[in-house]
Amino acid sequence: MSKRIIDQDAEPLIFDLSDNTRQSSSLAPKTGSEQNNPLASHLQRKSTLDLPQVGELQVLRHYTRLSQKNFSIDTHFYPLGSCTMKYNPRVCNTLAQLPGFSTRHPMAHSSISQGIMSCLFDLQTILKEATGMQQVSLTPMAGAQGEFAGVAMIRAYHDHNQAPLRSEIIVPDAAHGTNPATAVMCGYTVKEIPTNDQGDIDIQALEKMIGPQTAGIMLTNPSTLGVFERDIKHIAKLIHQAGGLLYYDGANLNAILGKVKPGDMGFDVIHMNLHKTFSTPHGGGGPGSGPIGVSERLQPFIPIPIVAHNEQGYYWLNEDDLPLSIGRLSAWMGNVGILLRAYIYALLLGRDGMERVADYATLNANYLFKRLVAADFEMAFPKRRASHEFILTLRKEAKNYGTSAMDFAKRLLDYGYHAPTTYFPLLVPECFLIEPTETESMADLDAFIETLIKIKAEAKESPNLLKEAPFELPVRRLDDVKAARELDLNFYHQE
Amino acid sequence: MPYIPHTSNDLAQMLRTIGVDSIEDLFDEIPKDLRSKLQNIPLGQSEMAVQQQLFAKSLQDGTPLCFAGGGAYEHYIPAALWEIATRGEFYSAYTPYQAEASQGTLQVIYEYQSMIASLTAMDVSNASLYDGASGLAEAVLMAVRANRKAKSKRILIPESVSPVYRQVVETIVKNQGITLELLPYDQRTGTIQVNQLDKQLNKPDDAFAALIIPQPNYFGSLEEVHQLTDWAHRHKALVIAQVNPISLALLEAPGNWGEHGADIAVGEAQALGIPLSSGGPYIGFLACKQKLVRQLPGRLVGRTVDLEGKTGFTLTLQAREQHIRRSKATSNICTNQGLMATAVTLYLAFLGRDGLQKVATTCALNTQTLMHLLEQNSDLSFPFGDRVFHEFIVQLPVPIDKVLSYLAQEDIVGGIDVSPHKHSTEQKNWLLICVTETKTEQELHFFADTLRSICQQINNEESS
Amino acid sequence: MSNIPPELKYTASHEWIRTEEDGSLTVGITEHAQGLLGDMVFVELPDIGDEFEAEQDCAVVESVKAASDIYCPIEGEIIAVNEDLEDSPELINVNSYHEGWLFRIQPLKAEHVDNLMSADDYAELVESEAH
Repeated sequence: MSKRIIDQDAEPLIFDLSDNTRQSSSLAPKTGSEQNNPLASHLQRKSTLDLPQVGELQVLRHYTRLSQKNFSIDTHFYPLGSCTMKYNPRVCNTLAQLPGFSTRHPMAHSSISQGIMSCLFDLQTILKEATGMQQVSLTPMAGAQGEFAGVAMIRAYHDHNQAPLRSEIIVPDAAHGTNPATAVMCGYTVKEIPTNDQGDIDIQALEKMIGPQTAGIMLTNPSTLGVFERDIKHIAKLIHQAGGLLYYDGANLNAILGKVKPGDMGFDVIHMNLHKTFSTPHGGGGPGSGPIGVSERLQPFIPIPIVAHNEQGYYWLNEDDLPLSIGRLSAWMGNVGILLRAYIYALLLGRDGMERVADYATLNANYLFKRLVAADFEMAFPKRRASHEFILTLRKEAKNYGTSAMDFAKRLLDYGYHAPTTYFPLLVPECFLIEPTETESMADLDAFIETLIKIKAEAKESPNLLKEAPFELPVRRLDDVKAARELDLNFYHQE
Repeated sequence: MPYIPHTSNDLAQMLRTIGVDSIEDLFDEIPKDLRSKLQNIPLGQSEMAVQQQLFAKSLQDGTPLCFAGGGAYEHYIPAALWEIATRGEFYSAYTPYQAEASQGTLQVIYEYQSMIASLTAMDVSNASLYDGASGLAEAVLMAVRANRKAKSKRILIPESVSPVYRQVVETIVKNQGITLELLPYDQRTGTIQVNQLDKQLNKPDDAFAALIIPQPNYFGSLEEVHQLTDWAHRHKALVIAQVNPISLALLEAPGNWGEHGADIAVGEAQALGIPLSSGGPYIGFLACKQKLVRQLPGRLVGRTVDLEGKTGFTLTLQAREQHIRRSKATSNICTNQGLMATAVTLYLAFLGRDGLQKVATTCALNTQTLMHLLEQNSDLSFPFGDRVFHEFIVQLPVPIDKVLSYLAQEDIVGGIDVSPHKHSTEQKNWLLICVTETKTEQELHFFADTLRSICQQINNEESS
Repeated sequence: MSNIPPELKYTASHEWIRTEEDGSLTVGITEHAQGLLGDMVFVELPDIGDEFEAEQDCAVVESVKAASDIYCPIEGEIIAVNEDLEDSPELINVNSYHEGWLFRIQPLKAEHVDNLMSADDYAELVESEAH
């Protein structure tokens, strides 16, 4: 193996390229300079302003080089469970950046905003239809904010019905960490419900946990264990009978698009991660977008604003129209530019294309699953059908060769594969959560399988190749302890 | 098929390997009676057809001349900026959890943190938050956590903070027992008067966790930040500075307010290279003094070394975050605005200190030019005076909603209606206008003239 | 098997408690617990004079991979904290029973100490959690 995966040369910091005496380029206006600061003198900046002074070409080269030190979907396969790293169609970006969209101020008069408002209204309609919910609000700026909106609505609903006793939210032990964190932000106590050995919720434990104190339950389906929760109807019945509500974490919506709708499963409120199911960019960690959908009983509490339509055209619904709304989550209307990308993606796919998302994501996952079983990898739930993702456990390899799942993950990087999700869910020891997505070809999957087999052979013969990996990247394993003990977060502030 | 590369041979072979007859068989664990098909969504279309529709929609409303601000600002964006930011390696990369495969994103964020800390004169910045409004909410939560000694969950928030920001803060913190206490602004200046503040406290030692100070405030006016900061510190409360990053090229940075400086600086960084795009995606910045670093929510990137001693970057202090600490996390946030932080870093690198100062000064000078032009019209007045950066309130003789509607017909976004309907007995028609470096002399004249004639037109209509 | 000194008392949440001559109690985390958490990077301690109830969280120890609450073993008032941990959290890894102590508390009711776990009981707990 001698292939260089990404650029390995060290790149200095932009600050190291700076010369304070360099003047700004044509990128700044010709008028005005600090010498004619017209503002009240006692409020003027007296402290030095340290910003790099670098030539335009040198800036451009610096960041181009930095980009080349990244893995990305455009350059590498990312079998990253739960994160849905599929192709982000370029056309979505190109069209969302059209000047008519990108230069529009959020407070532009609605009479000159009909184009973008019609796109948002159509997206609301598409998402309602895809999820089987009664109303959709596009405003949450990420999945976690959608979650917050959802649980805040559950609370607003109970408060409105004067049910102050309801103080508990039930969350499965395998849930995303955001679920319990969100419940606490909304003032709830979290009750963890165990999972049985088949990956389903332990119904007996659930029955014991439910009571007049139950505000609701937060579920992902297919669950974070990569299997469909088969008892969902029964769970919904139990919760609803107790007066609680069901929250759907839409992290895995892509697995069931066009197959089954959260609304039909009995969910009262859901969030969608548009950067997963609707393929908007991950951007190296954001921006996300987390629209929420609600059943009829939660409709009065939906976050504002939302787009409405009548004979005169499109208009905003705000606090005057929805007095019981939980309120505003962003200054304006959430991440409109991201919503637009999701809308364009939805138009390209259509209902036929959306069904194929679930079809081929599930096909790819089950193909990987079967071939890895054949190659003697151990599955966490071998008797279950994989959804769009599945969990593999490397505990045997850990025991026999002393190589952890993390060591496998780091060695995969050397071969040009981003590591699968490692050590999540926490329930399964030494686990990989693998999600290939529908946009990878069979040939790519085959190559990935061969690589895993090869690494397993390395684990047996020369485990240090794993334990010390990666070797082929810009840096070797980093000293996390030093990073946390001797915090260095700011070039200009060195202790 | 869009974005699915499988051939029919691939499909057949894969189904055979799995041991099923059709893809449909893979969904056999979903109860049959729950299954349904999508109905009211159109069929898929070609890229060309979609492009034609979107071109039409984007052209439908033109590209109006914009004089609105209020937290979203039009600034020139260097052509190279989004060329670089939307390179696939930035655009389609995942969150940098695998540090070795994400050194590009991580180093960019480290540079971002350093630049934000420098602009605000704070010790540390996080890797960014969703937007300025939700960032202010996180700053409030952070202040309550950090100021446990005061044992107060009371936050003083001036009415001169943007009303939408105040709404967002309320939505996010209201379920955590935090009280937001509104401070009225002075009717002559539109700012908070320090000598009125003591009246806000029921007794001299009345505890509160933090005071929020907007600079410039929502009306564009400049607050007496030094006095306000010292007042809050005298009462053992923290100071949250909510600031416009462009203005910090000219205005004193929060870290140097008063005797000891603000404790937390927060704001909207959209002005630094991010298009208006109807309100998002934007980016909130959040920075603080070193002593508060463990209360800082969201991601942080630190510089460290690898096992060969080579410099590298990694996410750090992750133990505080939701994916590890779950219900005890500092926040439920699990993302930053990575791509937006990349754009902000590029903007500040391209402009540099000198460039940012020129942008800020040009904004301020253009604003003064427009105020002089408007002043010549005796029907208009500036209720809060002219001590502003790049935004101001003008009082008009006619209703603002009508003015904005008429201006829209002239292809102008004329500003924001901030008339104090709810609290005022007399009708005040207040328009919030913003002028940045993007406006030419001719455009300023054109706007002043159009505004004057529209006011006359409305006056004539109403008197006839 | 990790070191579990027989003369100390323990809690199920892995704190150890030593009764000092003046009747105050010194509290830390067990060697077993520090091993689970890994390299310590930060310790957040209570203030002297703070009062806590039994089982109330009163401190946080943070390693690279986890932040863990420390629960007050007994009702009382904090009378001393280990200030060395501020700059050297790794003392907990070096010796959790000596240099790595966390805080000292004056119990409201000294006899409550008897309700805490013995070294044998704690050893049994650690053993059972391993399976």
